[in-house]
Amino acid sequence: MTSNQIMFILFSAMIVVFSLLTVTTRRVLRAAVFLLFVLVSTSGLYFLLNYQFLAAVQLTLYAGGIVVLIIFSILLTSHISQKFESPGLKKVIFSGLATAAGAFLSIITLLDYNFSATVEAAKEVDMKLIGKSLLSVDYDGYVLPFEVISVLLLAAMIAAIVVAKKGGPAKAHSQTLNK
Amino acid sequence: MNTGIPVQYFLVLATIMFFTGVYGFLTRRNLITILMSVELILNSVNINFLAFNRYLYPHKLEGMFFSLFVIAVAASEAAVAIAIIINIYRRFTTINVEDVNEMKF
Repeated sequence: MTSNQIMFILFSAMIVVFSLLTVTTRRVLRAAVFLLFVLVSTSGLYFLLNYQFLAAVQLTLYAGGIVVLIIFSILLTSHISQKFESPGLKKVIFSGLATAAGAFLSIITLLDYNFSATVEAAKEVDMKLIGKSLLSVDYDGYVLPFEVISVLLLAAMIAAIVVAKKGGPAKAHSQTLNK
Repeated sequence: MNTGIPVQYFLVLATIMFFTGVYGFLTRRNLITILMSVELILNSVNINFLAFNRYLYPHKLEGMFFSLFVIAVAASEAAVAIAIIINIYRRFTTINVEDVNEMKF
């Protein structure tokens, strides 16, 4: 067994266990920490696949950015020691059955499928190539999605500020309604 | 293949992760934990993209760039969703989806 396979088994076991814990734990802060473990193991898989740049992006943006954002919002909206009531048995059984059936069907199908790789030589993915492809307008260029993503990020930033901004009179109104 | 792992293993792993996310999406009632399940789903799709790109089309970069854009979309989605969740919390003082049944005042 090569070291690659050992690392793959380790990362995939971590991903499976911690993603199950993420969706089943009854404490919300623990769910966020388990999600962090899942995302870090996923970046390990990207390193295994030789996509160093994407692994770094995953670590900084997902594990560093999104998880911190989620933890902040947990601290703003719920008590740390608060436990959820467990979902009803019926809900657990039916959701579990539906998802297990879906997973079973997909796994059967893809184990059955005969994947055929191309014979062309692999391309070395370095930063220079990534930067050139992101900004090129050629056949292999990705300048259009790059620009669209920039506009999307700007729109999301403005939307987040506008939506989360403290409203003036609306707040007092809602407080009286809640009483 | 250079890593010694069949491509199917990555796909099975991504499938399990995806359906775990779907399970969480169906059973959870807290808005933030629902958001975490969505992140799990998006992440499993990224693994699929990269495994296909590395194993089946190693001379191209489509999968890598799509994962990059998926990560960017997930980041902006999380930012907007958390802004909305905080706003909901301010109005209803709860983020339980069953208690938030009025969208408009």
